[in-house]
Amino acid sequence: MSYLPHTELDREKMLAACGVENLEAFFETIPNEHRFPQLNMPGPLSELEVLKELQELSESNAEATHYPCFLGAGAYHHYVPSLVNHMLLRGENLTAYTPYQPEVSQGTLQTMFEFQSMICALTGMEVANSSHYDGATSTAEAIIMALNHFRGKRTKIIISPTIHPHYRQVINTYTQGMGLTIVGQENLEADLDDLLTELDDQTALFIIQNPNFLGELEDLQGIENAVKDVGALFCVISNPITLGTMKPPGEYGADIVVGEGQPLGIPLSYGGPYLGFFATREKYVRKMSGRLVGETVDAKGKRGYVLTLTPREQHIRRDKASSNICTNQGLMVTAAAIYLSVLGKQGLRKVSELCYHKAHYAAKQIDKIPGFAVRKDQPFFHEFAVHCTKPIIEINKSLFDEYGLIGGYDLGQDYPHLKDHMLLAFTEMISTDDIQCLCDALGEIS
Amino acid sequence: MNISDNIAEPTVYELSSPGRSGVTLPEPDVPVEELPTDIVRDDLDLPELTQLDVIRHFQSLSQLNHSIDSGFYPLGSCTMKYNPRVNEDAARLAGFMHSHPLQDVNTVQGNLALMYELQEWLKEIGGFAAVTLQPAAGAHGELTGIMMMRDYHLSRGDNARRKILIPDSAHGTNPASTTMSGLEVIELPSDARGNVDLDALKSECGEDIVGLMITNPNTLGLFEEQIEEVVKTVRECGGLIYGDGANMNALTGIVRPGDIGFDVMHYNLHKTFSTPHGGGGPGSGPVGVSERLVDFLPTPIIEIVEQGNDQDPPLYGFASPKHTIGRMKAFNGQFGVLVRAYTYIRIHGATGLRSNSEHAVLNANYLRSKVQDVYHLPYDRACLHEFVVEGRWSDAPEIHALDISKRLMDFGFHPPTNYFPLIVHEALMIEPTETESRETLDKFANALIQIADEARNNPELLLTAPHVTPSARMDEVQAARQLVLCCRPSYLSDPQYVNS
Ligand SMILES: Cc1ncc(COP(=O)(O)O)c(C=O)c1O
Repeated sequence: MSYLPHTELDREKMLAACGVENLEAFFETIPNEHRFPQLNMPGPLSELEVLKELQELSESNAEATHYPCFLGAGAYHHYVPSLVNHMLLRGENLTAYTPYQPEVSQGTLQTMFEFQSMICALTGMEVANSSHYDGATSTAEAIIMALNHFRGKRTKIIISPTIHPHYRQVINTYTQGMGLTIVGQENLEADLDDLLTELDDQTALFIIQNPNFLGELEDLQGIENAVKDVGALFCVISNPITLGTMKPPGEYGADIVVGEGQPLGIPLSYGGPYLGFFATREKYVRKMSGRLVGETVDAKGKRGYVLTLTPREQHIRRDKASSNICTNQGLMVTAAAIYLSVLGKQGLRKVSELCYHKAHYAAKQIDKIPGFAVRKDQPFFHEFAVHCTKPIIEINKSLFDEYGLIGGYDLGQDYPHLKDHMLLAFTEMISTDDIQCLCDALGEIS
Repeated sequence: MNISDNIAEPTVYELSSPGRSGVTLPEPDVPVEELPTDIVRDDLDLPELTQLDVIRHFQSLSQLNHSIDSGFYPLGSCTMKYNPRVNEDAARLAGFMHSHPLQDVNTVQGNLALMYELQEWLKEIGGFAAVTLQPAAGAHGELTGIMMMRDYHLSRGDNARRKILIPDSAHGTNPASTTMSGLEVIELPSDARGNVDLDALKSECGEDIVGLMITNPNTLGLFEEQIEEVVKTVRECGGLIYGDGANMNALTGIVRPGDIGFDVMHYNLHKTFSTPHGGGGPGSGPVGVSERLVDFLPTPIIEIVEQGNDQDPPLYGFASPKHTIGRMKAFNGQFGVLVRAYTYIRIHGATGLRSNSEHAVLNANYLRSKVQDVYHLPYDRACLHEFVVEGRWSDAPEIHALDISKRLMDFGFHPPTNYFPLIVHEALMIEPTETESRETLDKFANALIQIADEARNNPELLLTAPHVTPSARMDEVQAARQLVLCCRPSYLSDPQYVNS
């Protein structure tokens, strides 16, 4: 299969115009002994054959539309209205690139602008960029922004032990060469009060996740004051679906709100592409990274949009840029913008409520099953931890093999004190029947 | 004033009407649990529209975009080739689209087999010992690669190495990624033929060098003529070689960077392997490494954990390299993008990939031959997949590259990349890609030639361009001075925007 338009005649004429005999002639600057290697790869196929092969591969996976899925832990199976995908497949959305030339990119630019606006509305913040790679890299970028804000004079970062463990790992990778002190990883049982005692005049950023990785709602009241008292910045990692009903972090005095935008109309897709969102206060806008779209007018006075504050970015500032990000998650921004527009004020609230109700109903049912105890230290949203009397690995294996259910996340992998705890997530995709199946299965397994 | 006179398309907020909604969700099928009132928000300022409103809005917006599907898009360094639609169907197969990243590996063997295979192919294409699929884009791959180089030296107790050498023609992400990894950038000049200046390289190479970060072919579209000497020089001082693989569309099946001594290279799947650019992303930036960096790859990578046999396929799983730099991303790479790249590579096979690169290079050289008498070529030698011309003439002093770009829009073309690489004055960086026909290239060349003529005879036409696009030139200064970064509710009441 080939997508080349060149006929034999085209090739002849074009080679002649270039003054060469054959295609090989273009490559004479390449060391001879390495030119034209024999690649050991399977031969070409037609589209039809490839699709068949891929169909088979994909069918060897279990997936959330066939197996009720109780896994969340940072990625969630939500309903995506059909029109989202249809609009993404429009070539003008799919096959454009970064809108460097605004006169022929107003569609992308206005979409990004509307996304920024809706993220601000959701989070209660004043400015939002038009994406990082995912929730984890957004969080790492929040740290870099805080360090830049303090011009490197403060080097301590406090992260709650209940932020997503993978985010913690990404933060550790990103900050290795930066000479920082990262507090909050030694004692994974530390609570918010313990963490607040770590605040001092060296602290640049205080990061918590709400709902936290265990699904619990943190008490955000009072954090702002404690953080401001030492002059540090306050960052909340947020789940946008929960913001459909819950007070936004902006109301609790957050300086930065980041998170994973995947729940906003983006399929699970085995972990990506997702959408890191990033919002902050206008006073920090020049320190934030990522593309920003601003409103302006064109030469005829017509409203339009452009990429703005670009001197923060790598293509201009190079080694002094606020981040190295270039290609971002553009199409996922479009997906989220369309999702938020079509769900709107009422729809998002409804999804949020449905998740909440299902999880709370399920928690009550599961708690009744002998051998299972729902952790009740704090209120939760749509995810909660259950203590089980058997290793989670075994329970999940039975759930899948015998009942066709995708079980929860094994918290013991990351939190030794939560050995034999399973994290279960509930979205609007889970029905009462699914919950009943899960409870029946757990009852039999225990 | 009428709203439609000064607005191409209202925002979703302006289109909103209280009480409308686009999706009906099921009523709860479980008992309703009161939400704790103290944490429930009072208001949620999202728009209220019907499905049809939303479709019309985003359809209208999309029509304001230029895209590969709408016309020629010779944006240098970005490889805007045809994005096969079969890739989209592949990525949307239910087993790929709805599997959860944290599922037990036994339930996602299809995903892991695909990722493993893609790792193997990328190893083969680049001549590397191992590949990670985790990085989300080219720049993310750069950061990954540089961290690995840094840690490689540190693991050997070689703590004094703090500097990365980067030619002045490099993309901005190269120095930015270096800074992010805590290392220092040393910029190398280019010589008169567009190669890295060997003397400068030799004088900078020493015991404090982590390595060299080089783009080959470079951002001028030129193959480094002394690449073997460059590699040798860096090696001799103990440094490693990072290859920015953004330009692999010139070399796939032609030469393997690993064979000429590169230790690390990122691929841009959204360029070379045809995954769509989506209005800015998502990309995917897998990184290939030589033997000595294998242990430093980010965690996890995909491995065969149990060999297969005649009846059973192998069992795939995750592994963590011994001295891993850690995790770069929450989950398993940009999986949906990986599926698209897999599809593309599988369709082409080795012969097809080589043919694509050859024709990408043919197209660039053909276009170059058509315009070289009219546009100055700062480096006048055969190019690979792209070339850079100067967008200026001494007898048209007011005209800048940007004016040429804007005027090209009137002909229905997307402009080339402007003002990059920085070492060329008024740079226009042109990358036609292999999927464009001779007719398209001819039309584009004719437009460029006509514009060169207009620059002398009717400069106003360029200075006020574009004329036929949905918008005229934008006031970027106002955008930066009076920051308006989101639709404020005040718009709704601002008389300027209210329909009379
Ligand atoms: C030469 C070069 N290097 C690196 C990059 C960065 O890649 P990405 O945008 O995927 O992060 C680009 C992309 O635009 C590029 O052209």
